[in-house]
Amino acid sequence: MYEASDLRKNLKIQIDGEPYVVTDFQFSKPGKGQALYRCKLKNMLTGAQFERTFRSVDTFEPADLNERRMQYLYREENKYCFMDNESYEQVYLTADQVGEAANFLIENIDVEILFFGEQPLGVTLPNFVDLTVTKAEPWIKGDTAAGNSKPIVVETGYQLQAPPFIEEGEKIRIDTRTGEYVTRVKE
Amino acid sequence: MYHDERWRLARKGEFLRVRADLIQAVRRFFVAYDFLEVETPIRLLEIAPESSIEAVSSEDRYLQTSPELCMKRLLAAGYGRIFQISKCFRRKERGNLHLPEFTMLEWYEEGADYKTLMERCEDLLLFVTCELGRDAMLDIGEGRQLCLQKPWERITLDEAFDRYSSLSLYEALRRDCFDEILAIDIEPNLGITRPTFLYDYPVELGSLARRSPADSKTAERFELYLNGMELANAFSELTDVDEQRCRFEEEQKRRADRGLEVYPEPRKFLSALNHLPESAGIALGLDRLVMLFCGTRTIDDVVAFTPELL
Repeated sequence: MYEASDLRKNLKIQIDGEPYVVTDFQFSKPGKGQALYRCKLKNMLTGAQFERTFRSVDTFEPADLNERRMQYLYREENKYCFMDNESYEQVYLTADQVGEAANFLIENIDVEILFFGEQPLGVTLPNFVDLTVTKAEPWIKGDTAAGNSKPIVVETGYQLQAPPFIEEGEKIRIDTRTGEYVTRVKE
Repeated sequence: MYHDERWRLARKGEFLRVRADLIQAVRRFFVAYDFLEVETPIRLLEIAPESSIEAVSSEDRYLQTSPELCMKRLLAAGYGRIFQISKCFRRKERGNLHLPEFTMLEWYEEGADYKTLMERCEDLLLFVTCELGRDAMLDIGEGRQLCLQKPWERITLDEAFDRYSSLSLYEALRRDCFDEILAIDIEPNLGITRPTFLYDYPVELGSLARRSPADSKTAERFELYLNGMELANAFSELTDVDEQRCRFEEEQKRRADRGLEVYPEPRKFLSALNHLPESAGIALGLDRLVMLFCGTRTIDDVVAFTPELL
């Protein structure tokens, strides 16, 4: 059982027997009033979206989904293909179902695929992924203004801000929950 | 890797500088108006029992959710103009405008009422703006500006419901959707071109505020909004000890009904209340004030460490 204070982006909950994912989340607390949890929710079966505001007394059932560890294989137009490493069964998700996770999917990465019964609905990434930097301005040595940051691009095409000392070809760790740079990974 | 932390912290340098300058300017303002800066304990045996504020426990005590009760005990003892900048702690408050540990500016003035405090707020922000070398048409980011010239907008809660919501204040309270309408329909419209004072709350929404002499169902309380964001909460202080005890009991009952911890009655505060002069006090979220001067919409930007980075 989840409490309202557990609500956050990407949490999956059950409403009227159907699985929903929180696509946007905002905490607010007007004046000395109650905490309010403002959510945008998407029905994972139909794709229908709506907004709802919850109070701290509200509780939720976790969405009744099965997670299966699978490997990401490839993308074919609008479809992403994943494979069960033991049974070699393959399933497909649409770009809409994959959502922002597409920014961090590299071939052969292990992920959790979410099933409602037999139907694959979504993907859960590990909290951290290591990706190779494919585009970055060179580091001018002596650039000691430590607070500077620069835009870089990683192998998936995702763009983010990173410290000036990050160079092309290096691996960096990204927090998939925030999309932010975490650290440089030495191999 | 240490370089990453160094980079992450250094990126905040500009905002941390604004924060430091702003706090210095706030101190200069209150010193200039003859306020005494005080420090009261952070670990407390008694706190104000408010229905929607959750305290953090620390051994047999509570971390302060605000310095209010101790500051009023000082006020009752004859310290007529006091201010404090201190850390406050509230459980389960985290969002773009909330940190579970945040910095509060609180001040109290003997002989003042809530309307006097509105003017003090105007003067404080204009002073700080000037000290930071900013224009009274303050840049608040995203190409927008806020006019800080006096007088600011003043609108009663009643008027705000009539203007921005399809329900009246009375109907919203009756249907138990006051907080939702305030947060979703009203607050985003407040303090957009100039700051807004939202004032005169129903008595049950101002548990430490004095009743209006003109209308006993109304508490002399206001909230200050800038750029759709609540910045401060103020009231003319309730000085009637019997009424204060009843109001606390109502808050405690609301807590009990919601299954929340019922806090001990703040006895020392109540016994001091007999001696509290006519006065008014205000709590202002300093991190949020820094946000305005930095032009950012997230509180994480104006503190060096968020709880997630500890």
